[in-house]
Amino acid sequence: MAEQGDFLHVVTTDNLSDRRIALGRALMWGSAGLLALVALAQTAQQIGYADMGFSNWRPTLYAYVFWAICLCWGQVLVRGERGKRVLFVLPAALFVISMVVFPLLFGLVIAFSDWNLSSPTGRTFNGLDNLRQMWNDSFYWNAMANMVRYTLAIIVEYAIAFGLALLLNSQIRARKFFRVAFLMPLMLSPVAVSWMIGKSMMEIRFGPIARLARELGWASPSFFGSPEMARFTIMVMDAWTYIPFMMIMILAGLQAIPKDIQEAAKVDGARSWRGFWEVTFPLMLPVSITVILIRIIFKLKLADIIINVTAGGPGGATDSVTSFIFREYRDRSNVGYGTLLAMVYLVLIVIAITIVMKLTDRWARPRY
Amino acid sequence: MSQQIFHDSPEDLAHKVKWFSGRLAVYSVLILWAIICLFPIYWTITTSFKMAPDVMRGSLIPFWDYTPKWLGWKSLGLSPDTIWAESTVRNEFLKRFYNSVITSLSASALAVFLGSLAAYGLSRFSYRFGFMRNSDISFFFLSQLILPPVVLALPFLVLYKSLALLDTRIGLILLYTLTVLPIVIWIMRDQFAGIPKELEEAALVDGLSIWGAFATIVMPIALPGMVAAFILSLVLTWNEYFFAALLTSTHANTLPVMVASQTGSQGISWWSMAALSFAAILPLIAIGIVLERYIIKGMAAGAVK
Repeated sequence: MAEQGDFLHVVTTDNLSDRRIALGRALMWGSAGLLALVALAQTAQQIGYADMGFSNWRPTLYAYVFWAICLCWGQVLVRGERGKRVLFVLPAALFVISMVVFPLLFGLVIAFSDWNLSSPTGRTFNGLDNLRQMWNDSFYWNAMANMVRYTLAIIVEYAIAFGLALLLNSQIRARKFFRVAFLMPLMLSPVAVSWMIGKSMMEIRFGPIARLARELGWASPSFFGSPEMARFTIMVMDAWTYIPFMMIMILAGLQAIPKDIQEAAKVDGARSWRGFWEVTFPLMLPVSITVILIRIIFKLKLADIIINVTAGGPGGATDSVTSFIFREYRDRSNVGYGTLLAMVYLVLIVIAITIVMKLTDRWARPRY
Repeated sequence: MSQQIFHDSPEDLAHKVKWFSGRLAVYSVLILWAIICLFPIYWTITTSFKMAPDVMRGSLIPFWDYTPKWLGWKSLGLSPDTIWAESTVRNEFLKRFYNSVITSLSASALAVFLGSLAAYGLSRFSYRFGFMRNSDISFFFLSQLILPPVVLALPFLVLYKSLALLDTRIGLILLYTLTVLPIVIWIMRDQFAGIPKELEEAALVDGLSIWGAFATIVMPIALPGMVAAFILSLVLTWNEYFFAALLTSTHANTLPVMVASQTGSQGISWWSMAALSFAAILPLIAIGIVLERYIIKGMAAGAVK
């Protein structure tokens, strides 16, 4: 990622007294010590060493928050002007680290254990049992394959979104109305969408879509009967929600293309179709890649619609990885196995995204 | 009558026909897609005013096909004759609604606050935390987008249980902030990069501190971007279902969880389900119509570099 924005270069002379620096150091280390003390005390109680009367881990949380505040404050005290600059990034960094890195490490521990939250025995290590179970879990691999299928549907979504963006970018009346109308699906919550479309409009007896299908000659429409059809329906509903998202980003890209380039192409005799393929489309390549990447990232989180419309049915055919783990937890309340599945999913995603980004980077680099 | 001297040649007329048919095609595609986008919303509104036979018959147009009844809204306690009476369903609905409002508003506000500070810092100063330079820090923040929520969900379930944060609004707010933070940073970085640094330099020369310059000079200029980021986070957090379904049970349920729990039960009638769904999406429809400009701005910020 390239550096962007112009940097401010400010030279200030800080007159930091020794007392101020000492106070800052004391704050940082003192609060860290307090945090360690509280955490130790709680751990001692947890392993049954001594009863301190804690009912939960809240005290450690409070000590952690206190330490974080003291750390930010101490930075300013000790480092003066430079500390004030660090203060811009530090809160967000601390927040993300404590909310992501720590749970991820914790998740790694859970992933290799058998832990039923409702059972009194608590967590027991079971080594690689979860991995072995995952290897033989055909439902999980089916969900993985589904994710690939769902992701491939993005190509069609992209084509539709590009077409709509081109239409919106052309000379039309009532553009504002169409823009608002096209944006609407994105605003609706997937849960409401799954009822509105999946449960009521696709109802076999009197839903309007089923009625329309009958009018068009499909004698007994069933949208969730066969695995293929159910998967297709899920894809359509998800596409319906997210096409506006792609469309708007592509539209922004189209509007950023200087008009004179297209005019020059027209003067050079490029008819509309060739003008699109040889001028507009190549210019849109970077935007397209960004849009598709973001869409893939959103697609990998797909779960709400599946959970609420088909609950993975028929027979787990429509499951995405997320919805599968959700049901796995709901049915057996086993945290360990679910976490392992999620971790493996994360690793696969990171590998896949890295490869895709490297490839597109090489492919889309401008060649002059 | 003499022949008109200046007239359209047959070729030009053919051109006109072509132009008209092109227009016709464009508008019919646009209108078709507008119907595809809007019909489900229309269907939900009208269904909430239907009675059982109207649903069976598949009537579409109120007053023409069927006479609207307040049935669906009555079951929510929101129809004209029940609005003043005590209603447990309405209290339940309002509680969920209130939860949704609180969580989404505070999560978005927190994310915009943390995110714009970080984005400003990253676009103005060069940092060095250990081996991490500015671009690494930016990448660290943005890479959180890739993280699927499932990976965090179960560890958080266990952590929140031991922290007694399960089924609390604060727990949800923290998680929601985390999910929208990368998007906010992305949008805001773009915003700040577009503001010339000379503005701050002038302010610094005039004796403002760096935080003073940020608060009084830069923030007002970047305000539209912040609003865009805020609205976009609001949409995402309002609609969030996965974490809410896992981490809340009775007290901190948000609206999507309530809608989903009603969908599951078979006995629920269509008209009340339609009323509930519509009530759940109404705030966002309003936001979409009124603040469409900002949403588009927010999404466009990332696309065009």
